[in-house]
Amino acid sequence: MKRRTLLASGAGAATLAMMGLPARAQDKTKVGFVFVGPIGDGGWTFEHNNGRLAVEAAFGDAVETVYAENVPEGPDAERVLTQMVLGGADLIFTTSFGYMESTMNVAAKFPDVKFEHATGYLRADNVSTYSARFYEGRAVQGHIAGNLTKSNKVGYIGSFPIPEVIRGINSAFIHARKVNPDVEFKIVWAFTWFDPAKEADAAKVLIEQGCDVILQHTDSTAPQAAAQAAGNVYTFGQASDMGEYAPMPRVSSIIDNWAPYYVERTQAVIDGTWTSVDTWDGIGRGMVGIGEISDAVPADVKASAEALRDSIASGAYHPFTGPLNKQDGSAWLADGETADDGTLAGLNFFVEGIDGDIPS
Amino acid sequence: MLTLEKRAQPSKAWVYVAPILAVIITMIVGGVVFAMLGKPPLEAIRTIFYDPLFGDFASYSRPQLLIKAGPLILIAIGLSFGFRAGIWNIGAEGQYIMGALAAAATGLAFYPMEARWLIFPLMVLAGLAGGMVWAAIPAFLRIRFKTNEILVSLMLVYVAEAIQASMALNLLRNPDGHGFPGSRNLSQYPSSANLELIANSGVHWGVMAALTAVIFAYFILARHRFGFDVRLAGQSPRAAGFAGVDAGRLVFICMLISGALAGAAGMFEVSGPAGRVSIDFNVGYGFTAIIVAFLGRLHPVGILIAGLLMALTYIGGELAQLSLGLPGAAIQLFQGMLLFFLLAVDVMTSYRIRFGKTE
Amino acid sequence: MDFSSINPILLLASLMVAATPIILAAAGELVVERAGVLNLGVEGMMITGAITGFIATVTTGSPWIGFVAAAAGGAGLSLLFAFLTQILLSNQVATGLALTLFGLGLSALLGQGYNGIKAPEFPRIDIPVISEIPVLGPILFSHDPMVYVGIGIVAGIWYFLRYSRAGLVLRAVGENHEAAHALGYHVIRIRVLAIMFGGACAGLGGAYISLVRVPQWTDGMTAGAGWIALAIVVFASWRPWRLLIGAYLFGGVTVLQLNFQAAGIAIPVEYLAMSPYIATILVLVLMSAGRAPGSLGKIFHASR
Repeated sequence: MKRRTLLASGAGAATLAMMGLPARAQDKTKVGFVFVGPIGDGGWTFEHNNGRLAVEAAFGDAVETVYAENVPEGPDAERVLTQMVLGGADLIFTTSFGYMESTMNVAAKFPDVKFEHATGYLRADNVSTYSARFYEGRAVQGHIAGNLTKSNKVGYIGSFPIPEVIRGINSAFIHARKVNPDVEFKIVWAFTWFDPAKEADAAKVLIEQGCDVILQHTDSTAPQAAAQAAGNVYTFGQASDMGEYAPMPRVSSIIDNWAPYYVERTQAVIDGTWTSVDTWDGIGRGMVGIGEISDAVPADVKASAEALRDSIASGAYHPFTGPLNKQDGSAWLADGETADDGTLAGLNFFVEGIDGDIPS
Repeated sequence: MLTLEKRAQPSKAWVYVAPILAVIITMIVGGVVFAMLGKPPLEAIRTIFYDPLFGDFASYSRPQLLIKAGPLILIAIGLSFGFRAGIWNIGAEGQYIMGALAAAATGLAFYPMEARWLIFPLMVLAGLAGGMVWAAIPAFLRIRFKTNEILVSLMLVYVAEAIQASMALNLLRNPDGHGFPGSRNLSQYPSSANLELIANSGVHWGVMAALTAVIFAYFILARHRFGFDVRLAGQSPRAAGFAGVDAGRLVFICMLISGALAGAAGMFEVSGPAGRVSIDFNVGYGFTAIIVAFLGRLHPVGILIAGLLMALTYIGGELAQLSLGLPGAAIQLFQGMLLFFLLAVDVMTSYRIRFGKTE
Repeated sequence: MDFSSINPILLLASLMVAATPIILAAAGELVVERAGVLNLGVEGMMITGAITGFIATVTTGSPWIGFVAAAAGGAGLSLLFAFLTQILLSNQVATGLALTLFGLGLSALLGQGYNGIKAPEFPRIDIPVISEIPVLGPILFSHDPMVYVGIGIVAGIWYFLRYSRAGLVLRAVGENHEAAHALGYHVIRIRVLAIMFGGACAGLGGAYISLVRVPQWTDGMTAGAGWIALAIVVFASWRPWRLLIGAYLFGGVTVLQLNFQAAGIAIPVEYLAMSPYIATILVLVLMSAGRAPGSLGKIFHASR
């Protein structure tokens, strides 16, 4: 009730910035989560919520979590964030790129509250960013896909033409071509992260056009169901394991594992050691998990895929290692050269061999 | 057996009692639903209706009410003229989008020129015009071809949404946006920003426009010949014809008013709270405003109150989600119920309920 | 750019599937509107059917029971609309919109705990012999049963409206409820039945999405299909067979758009997406005046 008096006394002149919540006399640390989709999406938001549950499990009574789901990006997000802060949150994770400006705006008003924005590029003293190197997992998928395809046509359901998705397509393509020089990618942009009906349609179209492996960068299990109905089509789980579709059509998956990071950052707030950082972790640190490669994959492919996974995890191999050319044939990476993080973060071109244009 | 008997005059008392009764019934039934979900009903109702206004952090949430209610009221006022006259513009959402796009395009065309005195007013005009043009299509088609305006205006919502997606991806896309779809932030471009007029009050130009619209609408309906025509046409198109009301002109004016105000709402939203054109920057204000117009029983003051009430359920609903873990869906359900009960008790204003045998 | 990778046979076959939910919902709404009632709550009834059907299917393991439950769910919700608009004489536009809002909320609440679950499969039936016909077989005769149920409902409505006495009465009620009342028909009873039929059909359409087309449950998964159904009724100018053309046009544009993308043919997605709506407006203009049922959307009160 401390802040109430503070607000009441300063009601006339107090700006929100002045309500910077100085002495926070509470024993529990409160951690907030803002989700862009429903927790039940089975993908992106589902895994972030698992991270939240892991925080609850790790700290028990010392930490309280709050969350809001289906929060539209824009003014509504800003309001929800502010309400969370006013409700006493000490640390807030905003789990969609579209929350970037809302996060920055609210963070500027409450310098004592810590914010963690997923997949963005703007930071401040009290705003960290974090993301996962999903392209590492895509390399493993591409390797398996290149080996499995018989029609040499791999379908790829893209969400939005943004660097994160383009990185994934490039990484998968490079490693598919490595094991299968004849492989082609067919790319469909769904312009949504989560719309089961649209994703199902996209998957069906790709299958009808001869693709026998489908990679998806959208979050629902609808493409898995479409592949299952079609029969001999392989898929990979996205964001979560989607293990209910194993061993066929789902032969492996990329699992977003936010739990260790969320627990670590919550601990930092409790200890008072939290600082603004830019985290971009991959398989090595466990932020990207590779789901169990099922028995539908031949044993030798499984073994080589696991070897690839382990070499990426250990840092011995970088998925973007030259020689690599851009789509137009111009040189990108020389032999043995690896892409730097800056280029990867803003990646906006396909590598040589991919057909089709990035929508602009 | 229960029968309805038409009142000669709408009941004055019920006009006021019905909405209050509807809110009370909604609270009771809503409370039962919340209890069934395992949430404390009284606390939930208090969080939704009381906390945003008088709770611990009301100094934050009260201005937010205005921000949320502003576009709803502005659009609903525009719609109320047509609805009174029996002209059904269901496509305010599309007019809102087109107003926002026209305004954003105008503002961005000048970027990064610094000339607020020129650019901001031009954007307002563009917003009005964008909405008006979009509303003129169903109006023209109805007058010229007797096409049903409900369906044409609804179809145009989808066309507007497609145009919006295209704009966010192509013409209006932010060149510095790291490849993400969406325009530059208009609220951070000084010449185009729809600023808060009084710090932390929530009052921006759009809220002022909404309040102005309420006052204007009140006087037009009460005092002006046009207001009389609108009411007459709604009650009896034949009588309006005899009284010399040009039906086509009336359709056109009503549609243009609603389109212009919806377009203006889009303009104020895109240059202020929303800030940018994105693929799906519209969040359904145009549809919710229809509900607000009816909740306010098409009366300017009623719409003002209804808009605030609707905003209250949104913001209070969010609070309940945060503090009680009430699912967002329960709030949606609650809003639907509120309208149902209002529509249900509304029967009392124009009809008397008689118990007993028919005949 | 490679047109050859688009297989026209498979394209037409998947178009049949994509159109089915809208055909079902639009067929119901057509009857409602022919009775003179405008129910804008199709989306709400569809999504309610989608979840009640899904829950019933998961619980019992039978998609058929699921579809029955979906029809019941949609009809149940429509009763609310019928009560408000027919008994309490509320405005149909506002009530329909409220119904959509209510249905979306209700379904999301009911669906908690059903997210991400797989529904039992609804098998496709290859009609013996004729499904073997080249080209036509895979396009027309190799689908799940609901595709045929949808077309059957349209045929039934056509017959009902055109040849049956009850259909004649329904049309009379829709064209001029005062006259129908004067002739001694129970305007309200007929309309309530029509509304319930519309709700049941919308429920079936919703369940087709959650049980066959996707198939799983997610909040708001009908994603505007109900509004498209409303548009198609107008597109069809309230004639049953034209519904099919409208639904195939809408469904076709969606499927075609994705096919073009996958084949690497660069046509802006947005322009394809808006084309069916513009086509509907054009049809409305061409159909011009007087085709809509005369009493559509008007409140009926038997004053004496």
